[in-house]
Amino acid sequence: MLQVRDLQVGFGRSRKRFVAVDGVSLDVGSNETVGLVGESGSGKTTVARAIVGLVRPDSGEVLFDGEPLGSIGRRPASLQRAVQMVFQDPRSSLNPRMTVAAIVDEAWRTHPEAAPPGDRIAALHELLGDVGLDASVARHRAGELSGGQCQRVSIARALAVRPRLLVCDEAVSALDVSVQAQILRLLVDLQRRHHLSMLFISHDLGVVHQIADRIAVMRRGVLVEEGPATEVLGAPQHEYTRSLLDAALELNDNTTSGGNG
Amino acid sequence: MIGTRSAVEVAAASSLEVAGLVVDLPGPAGRLRVVDEVSFDIPPATTVGLIGESGSGKTMTANAVIGLLPEGATLGGELRWRNEDLLQVPAARRRRLRGHEIAMIFQDPLAALNPTQTVGRQVGEILRRAGRPSGEVRRRVLELFEQAGIPDPAGRLGNYPHQFSGGMRQRVMIALALAGSPALLLADEPTTALDVTVQARILRLLRDIQQDEGLAMLLVSHDLRVVAHVAHQVVVMYAGRVAERGPTAAVLSKPAHPYTRALVDSVPAVRTRTALAHPLPGTPATPANRPPGCAFHPRCPVARERCRTEQPAVREVSPGRWTACHFAEELVG
Repeated sequence: MLQVRDLQVGFGRSRKRFVAVDGVSLDVGSNETVGLVGESGSGKTTVARAIVGLVRPDSGEVLFDGEPLGSIGRRPASLQRAVQMVFQDPRSSLNPRMTVAAIVDEAWRTHPEAAPPGDRIAALHELLGDVGLDASVARHRAGELSGGQCQRVSIARALAVRPRLLVCDEAVSALDVSVQAQILRLLVDLQRRHHLSMLFISHDLGVVHQIADRIAVMRRGVLVEEGPATEVLGAPQHEYTRSLLDAALELNDNTTSGGNG
Repeated sequence: MIGTRSAVEVAAASSLEVAGLVVDLPGPAGRLRVVDEVSFDIPPATTVGLIGESGSGKTMTANAVIGLLPEGATLGGELRWRNEDLLQVPAARRRRLRGHEIAMIFQDPLAALNPTQTVGRQVGEILRRAGRPSGEVRRRVLELFEQAGIPDPAGRLGNYPHQFSGGMRQRVMIALALAGSPALLLADEPTTALDVTVQARILRLLRDIQQDEGLAMLLVSHDLRVVAHVAHQVVVMYAGRVAERGPTAAVLSKPAHPYTRALVDSVPAVRTRTALAHPLPGTPATPANRPPGCAFHPRCPVARERCRTEQPAVREVSPGRWTACHFAEELVG
């Protein structure tokens, strides 16, 4: 469904140009969750931004059902709608002074073809219920909500336009541990119910292992390893993936060996 | 400097006892109890992990120990350090202890370091103020850089904080904290902003230093994995109160509080695939919004009527294991 072909993205002026993404190719199939992992500076967020059209690639292309997506201004409305993004920090990605109802309504006004034909209030309440929010939240401004509630609103805003691919960039990283688990479960449930594909970007290998079918590992702009989740994290082939795994802390290693094992 | 031999002597004498610590902050709706009767000890040469989510009071507890609380904060209870109550000693004595006996490293070294001074100058500051000659200060700073694992110490003394990577900056912060030869090191989310490979190295460094110097260490973190890796004992906080405390391995393998249980269950394995945890409902309670009775009861899977009305006392359920759950025995079995 989504095909990223030999993507190259750079920043800065010609001679000092910094190549953030260097020839990345990646597929996300229907109903599939692909995890994209790497450390800071690996280029994983730039890949996400190129997919949703927030940065223009130097070369390569992003295809959706075989059609080039192009950058956001020139992207056909139907494709723009099909690919939605959920950001890391829900507080800064929502206007704190807008009510939840206005945030969702804005999405519908941007994509009238996705707006509910009938009663918008009923549709709004259904949408909020879908992301586990009480209908009363509609009246609240985003600034009054908790981090977890904000992230549910971001997800509702993305779902409002009936996307087919959700790009989640560190979507649970800024949340409290007990809230992270809620949002992960919500994303997985929504994916099943709405037949979504998901590109899940995270630095947390454990979280990615829980929800991804396939995993791609990036380092310094290059994709170093890609394959089924259990293989990439269970039997990594690339040295860099192995070093990430060596560094990752497991809870159970230490509960048996004590504090200084 | 604390060598191996004196570490033993220091160890015998030193311990932090936090007893019934209370921190109140002024707020728009009156005073807010952000730390509510928190008690725990840091035995000599021991690392205690302080774990909690936002609003749990973990950072406020550490800040109370070092004496860095916001304007208008009032404190109660006792903070006994080497038989002195830190809440009773004169301000001058408190300042003297800070940096010398008790030092702290922060999550964001860029905010904690002075951007306009070279790192060599900052790390040497406490030694210069103690009147040490400049040659000796330089030698000691080089030693500290080496101990903190900064490559090419001599070449980096004259650099400014912005010239370092995040991980190296945290090493500078560690060197700075060690400069006063502290006996108690407080570390507030020291690796949260770092990549996993860097995090692993910094945690190893902290663990080595703690052992080599025989330090008492308080490690504040939201990440159970970090605490499991470094801490001998763990204190779990919720809404400003202690939920549970005890030896790390025992607490994590057999939690005696449903909140700890939920935190443990929410940590995924990395090398093997684990199923998604059944998440707790709702959001963490905060001091501003603390439910009556047990603060955790609205989210608790085993809560009963008693939990809604009666605040559980922190009690010892087995030797060294303390919990604030009315029904802990049912959990531990």
